Formats: sequence, structure tokens, C-alpha cells
Amino acid sequence: MAREISYQQAINEALRQEMERDPSVLVMGEDNAGGEGSPGERDAWGGVLGVTKGLYPKFPDRVLDTPISESGFIGAAIGAAAAGMRPVAELMFVDFMGVCFDQIFNQAAKFKYMFGGKAQTPVVIRTMVGAGLRAAGQHSQMLVNVFTHIPGLKVVCPATPYDAKGLLIQSIRDNDPVIFCEHKLLYGLKGDVPEESYAIPFGEANVVREGKDVTIVTFGRMVHLSNEATAELAKAGIQCEVIDLRTTSPLDEDTVLESVAKTGRVVVVDESNPRCSIASDISSLIAMKAFGDLKAPIEMVTAPHTPVPFADSLEDLYIPGPAKIRGAVERVARYH
Amino acid sequence: MTQLSKAQLLQAYRTMRTIREFEERVHAEFATGTIPGFVHLYAGEEASATGFCMHLRDDDYIASTHRGHGHCIAKGVDPVEMMAEIYGKATGSCRGKGGSMHIADLSKGMMGANGIVGGGGPLICGAALAAKYKKRGGVGICFFGDGASNQGTILEAMNLASVWDLPAIFVAENNGYAESTSSTWSVACDNIADRASAFGMPGVIVDGFDFFAVHEAAGEAVRRAREGGGPTLVEVKFMRYYGHFEGDAETYRGPNEVEKLRHEKDCLLRFRNRVTSSGEVQASELDVIDKDALALIDRAVAKAKADPKPKAADLLTDVYVSYP
Repeated sequence: MAREISYQQAINEALRQEMERDPSVLVMGEDNAGGEGSPGERDAWGGVLGVTKGLYPKFPDRVLDTPISESGFIGAAIGAAAAGMRPVAELMFVDFMGVCFDQIFNQAAKFKYMFGGKAQTPVVIRTMVGAGLRAAGQHSQMLVNVFTHIPGLKVVCPATPYDAKGLLIQSIRDNDPVIFCEHKLLYGLKGDVPEESYAIPFGEANVVREGKDVTIVTFGRMVHLSNEATAELAKAGIQCEVIDLRTTSPLDEDTVLESVAKTGRVVVVDESNPRCSIASDISSLIAMKAFGDLKAPIEMVTAPHTPVPFADSLEDLYIPGPAKIRGAVERVARYH
Repeated sequence: MTQLSKAQLLQAYRTMRTIREFEERVHAEFATGTIPGFVHLYAGEEASATGFCMHLRDDDYIASTHRGHGHCIAKGVDPVEMMAEIYGKATGSCRGKGGSMHIADLSKGMMGANGIVGGGGPLICGAALAAKYKKRGGVGICFFGDGASNQGTILEAMNLASVWDLPAIFVAENNGYAESTSSTWSVACDNIADRASAFGMPGVIVDGFDFFAVHEAAGEAVRRAREGGGPTLVEVKFMRYYGHFEGDAETYRGPNEVEKLRHEKDCLLRFRNRVTSSGEVQASELDVIDKDALALIDRAVAKAKADPKPKAADLLTDVYVSYP
């Protein structure tokens, strides 16, 4: 039965249900319970924003606090996965990939291929992405594109509580390494989520809004900002089709190309920096495979080629918003 | 001192001799230009892999290094398949997709040679963590070099292993040089083992040319780990006989450095002298093993040369378990 819960609660519920179902599922990360070794309470934090709160009392042997030692424990999660467990490790902020990336892209991503198919690494790395919390340059990036570039990794970016639960359950059951990107501004977002367990398959984009005039391809928090933009555009007579990719690897090319065949006009919205991004990747895909369908040049709405700034006046400019999306859609719609 | 049965002595000699024969032969074949890529040889270090892995079961894990052939053989990976892998053949341990630096066999608890210096430390913490959950007394051994001893991953892994009280053993194979740089310069303390106290674990130094010393120290560390006593750092001191990689001119070496080691320290020579002079094993029995090893490697090389390369279709397989 569905009831309204938050994106954060949906993630917590997915973890709990999978830990109940499968004793090989472990949760580990900095302060994932919290208070380890301290005189006060255990489960003091449940992760820095409380996403894993309440799991430790239910599974005291399978929720592991770690030292602040990302190479150590992300690598340990990967090693444990290769040795038969299903660890879900939390890389608190995706920006910290810089101190543990070797374990992810040189080890986890390559085991299966380098070892001639004779290994599998069912690890999930949950990580917080995105700007908007005034968290500045080292706690606000997307970097989804960096992981998407690596063969052997799967990359998941849920936009809604429903998807967060279903995609996380699929991630845990999946036999390949998965980078699960949780947008920090979506944690409080509420939506209908079934109580029972369910998995959403990877590589199936979600058409969140149908329209005949312009296709908007996006993912993560930008799905919501794109939806906001389309409401006003509809009043102006422009019907947008909004596609939420859900997973950037694997990528649902068919849904994108089918929509472009219908509209012939495309805006790709991506919170990342523009170069070598998901936006540029989708744009090149469309240019290569749907050139004949295009009635206008493809537009990309992205962050600028800068680090994420701190001051609110700058960060608000940095993040692609409904106004920029609207402008791009209008230009594409008017193009002859 | 642990008493080894005659069968164990013969097994130890066979493993060390097989590794030596394998490496000497790869060295010779590489010089003819028939082996592609980068190859790093373990000759001279055989007592370490053998002395440790003799204490292990198939469900114990090891993580290895770019100098991994010896660890693979000692952990039970098939040398014939390994040779085919080094030649890039479809019949290789990794079907020709890994090569010398990535030979692995998870079914034997071999988590892979590793092209990244220090890459194995965190991984073996994971294997040891998994062993803890499986509650069958399994352990994990991370072999790493003096070069890797200065990598953050190894230091993080040792700390994590102690904090989580893991059945892990860290084996620092100090073979004198990281590439061309002496460990007497790159390691800031006198011994890598001195760092153990910083991570709350025992640190042991052992002569890596002495199989019996390694076997003894390894047995103690493995026993401790199996019984829930936590991790140990063992520094094995020796020197490699060949360069960092094949093709290394080794101008950084001292005069006659390796020649001297081969005559005065060699682990195989020392082993032979000891067990024959004690009367535990006849020289003729070791001679048979020498011949067996030679025949095995002859067969491995001949097969590797004749075996087929991977096919074009293999390029795209085994990236994922499933990918729509």
C-alpha cells in the first residue's frame, strides 16, 4: 500500500527491507550509526544527514561505522563484495571520490573484465550529489558524468521517493558495482511510496510528462526544475515532453530517440558542468542517431564551467533553474 | 619451531621451484620478444609467497601486487593457465583480458595481482570482513611491497583492520627497491614493521631468504587471525633477482649484488642444504621435483605459444554481469 514518505525515508526503508531479506547486505560508512566508541548513545547520527538512522538498532552487526578513511572502507566494501557479501557503502559527499577513486574505477569497475568474467562485485556506493545547500566547492558537485564514463560501473540518479526506493533495491540486488547518487536537496521531498518491496529495472527512463513540441531530457533534481518550467511553457502554448533518465549507465537511448522522433526539438538539462557531461553525451547521441528528426539545434542547460560557488547570490546563478530552462525551450521551439 | 612433515617439505620445495622455473622462463622468453606488455618477476622472493600460502585454505583470500606470479602459484592458480594469460591467450586465467598484472582466481581465494601499488590493502580488509561474517575462521593476506608501504591505501587498510579487528595479515615484501628507488631512502623509519605499533598490531621482521623463518612467522600471524586475535604486520626482507620490470637495465644495483645473493642467500639453495643435511629429504627427491617443474613450465610455454588469442567478439563481453 502506498503512503507519502520522503526521499530520505524511502532510502532508509529500502536499506531496511533488503537487510531483512538478505543477511549478506551490510551498511557501512562514516557515522552510519554514529557514536561508535563514544560515551554517549549509539546510532547517534545515522549518517551525516540521518539517512541510515534506525538501522543500527535493528541490525547491530551489519551497520558498521568507519574511520574517516574513504580509500580504506570503500575498498573494503569492494573487497567484501568480491568475497560474497553485498555491502552498501556510503561515500558521504561525492566530492570525496577524489580520495578513493582508485578503489572504484581501477578495482571494482574492472574486476569482472580483467579477470576474464570470473568475478563479480555486487557493491553499492551511496553518495550525496548536487548543489544548493551553500556547501561550496568541495561538497556540492554532481560528478555523475565521471562515473558514467567508466565501463563496469552502473550509475543511478533517482529523482523521486518512489524511484529512490525501487532503484536502491535494484542496486542492492544487482550483481555489478553501482554508484547510487542521492541529491541532497531531494531528501525532504515527499511522494507516494508503496510499503512493500519493489525493484525498478535499470536503463528504463521515465516519461514524467508527455508533450508534442519539445523534448526535455534530464535526471535528478533537474527533473523537478524542468517540470516547473513546463507549467509556464504550457500556458504559452509549448507542450514539453520531460524524460527522467533515472540511470545514466545503462542509458535508455530508445526512450530519448523515440521522443526526439516525435518532437524534433531537444533541450538537455544537467546540473553538472557542461564539458564532457551527461548533457553533452545525450546531445551527441541525438546528433548522431536522430539528426534527420531534428528541426532545431540541440540546447544544453547546465551549470557554467566553474567550481560551485559559496555565496547564495552566485550559487543560485550557478544552478540551472526554471528560467534558464524556459528560455532554452522557447528558443528551440521558435527555431525555423 | 614448527615441525614440518616430509610431505610438507616436499610441497614447499615444489611450490618454490615451480615459481622459480616459471619466472626464469618468463625472463628468457621475454628477451626473445614473444611476451607482450609489462612483466615483473618474483624470482628470489619465493619463500615469502610459499611460506605464507602454505598456511591457507581455498576459502582464505590473498591480495597481490604487480609482482604477483609467485603469489598466484603459491595460492594454487594453475601455472599453465597463468602462462597462457601472460601470452595474452584465450585459454589464460583471465581469458587474455588481464595479463601478467591482473591474474586472479577467486575460486582459489586469489583476489588478483594488482597494477595499482597499494591497491590490495583495502580489498583484503573487505575479504577479511566477509570472512568474519562467514564465521568459518577464514583470513585475508595482503602482500605488498616496500613501495606500497608508503601508500595511503596500505596505511588506511592497516588502521581499518585494527579498528574493525579483522582477521587480516599485512605482508610487506621489502625487496630492496621500489622501481629503482631504494627502500632505505623511501621508507622514513628503519623498518616497515616499525609502523605496526602505530596501528595497534604486532610487527614482525623475517629473513625472506629463509623459508623456515617465513613459514614460522606466517603460521603465528595466521593462527592469531583465525583465532580472532586481529591483524599482524610481517616485514619480509630480501631482494628481487631481476629488475623492476623486464627490460630494466638495473644500473641502480650494487656491483654483483644479485650474483652474490644467488650464491649466498638463495631460498631454494638454502632449503635444499638444510633438508638434505638434516637427512629429512634425499637430494634425489628434490632433483625429481626440479625435473617436474621444468617439464611443467616447458609444457606451459609450448601450450601458451600454440593457444589461440581471444576473438574479436570477446572485446565486448564480461564488462557487466548484466547490462540492458
